Amino acid sequence: MKSAVTTPRAGARADDLGFDVERVRQDFPILTLKVNDKPLVFLDNAASSQMPQQVIDRYVRYRSREHANIHRAVHYLSEVATREYEAVRAKVRALINAREEREIVYTSGTTESINLVMHGYGRKFIGADDEVILSVLEHHSNIVPWQMLAQESGAHLRVVPCNDAGELDIDAYRSLFNARTRFVAVGHVSNALGTVNPVKEMVAIAHAHGVPILLDGAQAAPHLQVDVQDLDCDFYAFSGHKMCGPTGVGILYGKAERLRAMQPFKGGGDMILSVTFDRTVYADIPQKFEAGTPPIAEVIGLGAAIDYLNGIGLDAIKAHEDELLRYATDRVGELSGVRIIGRARSKAAVLSFEVDGVHPHDVGTLLNEDGVAVRTGHHCAQPVMQRFGVPATARASFAFYNTLREIDVLVGAIRKVQKVFAG
Amino acid sequence: MSAANQLYQEVILDHNRKPRNWGKLEHASHHAEGLNPLCGDHIFVYLRLRDASVEAIGFEGQSCAICKASASMMTQSVKGKRVDEAETLAREFREMALGKLDPSASGHHLGRLTVFSGVRDLPTRVKCAILPWHTLHSALHSIARASTEGDADPVPGSGLERAGHA
Repeated sequence: MKSAVTTPRAGARADDLGFDVERVRQDFPILTLKVNDKPLVFLDNAASSQMPQQVIDRYVRYRSREHANIHRAVHYLSEVATREYEAVRAKVRALINAREEREIVYTSGTTESINLVMHGYGRKFIGADDEVILSVLEHHSNIVPWQMLAQESGAHLRVVPCNDAGELDIDAYRSLFNARTRFVAVGHVSNALGTVNPVKEMVAIAHAHGVPILLDGAQAAPHLQVDVQDLDCDFYAFSGHKMCGPTGVGILYGKAERLRAMQPFKGGGDMILSVTFDRTVYADIPQKFEAGTPPIAEVIGLGAAIDYLNGIGLDAIKAHEDELLRYATDRVGELSGVRIIGRARSKAAVLSFEVDGVHPHDVGTLLNEDGVAVRTGHHCAQPVMQRFGVPATARASFAFYNTLREIDVLVGAIRKVQKVFAG
Repeated sequence: MSAANQLYQEVILDHNRKPRNWGKLEHASHHAEGLNPLCGDHIFVYLRLRDASVEAIGFEGQSCAICKASASMMTQSVKGKRVDEAETLAREFREMALGKLDPSASGHHLGRLTVFSGVRDLPTRVKCAILPWHTLHSALHSIARASTEGDADPVPGSGLERAGHA
């Protein structure tokens, strides 16, 4: 679509990069749905993105022609499944520019990735009166595991605050380090506000204190070019279903030496070299962490999603999403009686907002009348809600298949909500 | 008319804007706190019982329009009623919200409360409407805290919204 509405910041425009949103939309069968007799306007991509036909087809092909258990048998299907499954490790390695494939651990999602680090690294290296640094912007999945660790070990959590724009206070972060600091776990992009945190700087600060750092990349991987070597983070966690892949699969990247130092979290088949009743010798990384039959079809689907995103180009995706965010921020921001929460200078395509006098759940139910899907609630980030003094927000989160026209529909639907409640 | 449009009509919007019996009740004999952690609805119901009747009732809190209007109209409905009558209303309201009681049939006592019947078609909002009644029930039984989750879920096994991951 022509997109002459706003002037992009520095960097190429999406259509200069060969991006054609109408053509892209044809890849997504779900986008032709009607909800309440209105065309679906799907703006809940931060919760889960939609799947293009190419990924669906790959998934179906695996299910219909390639399925068997992996790493087990010498027969034809097991070899095919194993090959296709392992080939995805190379795709993920290339996507995030990890040094080696064995630094890529398959998990069930970001939540399991973080829990794996908590159990495998945290329980081994973090003890009584040690400190773990988190930020106020974290998703519950990057809070609760560390709280569980703190309860069991006697460690303490330290929390980086943010300013009114939703940007982390890096000076405060720096001052949280002391001789007891053992670990840092922070989000790359805030799911509730969209803030892109200065994680490269945060990694450098942690390393200056000799402290390893995990980045929760669930909201970053679908939108930004992630380079774990450039970031130099020790761990990076993300999910397949937020980047056009299936649910049930995620990734933990870890530097090889960190993964080696970790204890396994799940025991079982496929994670061992040998087992007797006296002693078990664990497999090397990454298999050490991959006990049991994994989500094979989902991993292969994730591989297809990576191919698909690469085919469009992460630069074009980012350029288009930046344009959507700018346009949405302008249009929603000019509505009187609507407050945008999260005004960070660097943001991913997430717009959290409040409509004066209307609870977010009422906003969400009425937007749904116009076919507009937004998330309402605390977004599994209650500390963020507490920080901004709201019980919940409505959140529109965009993907590269959204259009400026859909933002116009959103704005019109918000106006209707205001009209209903104006009485 | 769609379920949502049917629900967000004047009666409910009016009670949302001007909730009746709003505020903490002085000299309450019973009270309870109700929480729906999924959407943040959080209300307090205060009662003064005398001779097994609801002599006075008040509520306050922070909630969506459906919850607030439901609480407001609940206070009007149960004020002056006997405890067993209030319990009957709570049960009938809950059944209506779940689509198990036909509001157009005779034999129930819901009266104006049938304006909430449309919520049965909005499964993610059923708990918003029921929370005040569940909290009332807790207050009558001196259970300090009601929740729409876990063992205290007033709508267990109904396939309603669970905590989401985003």
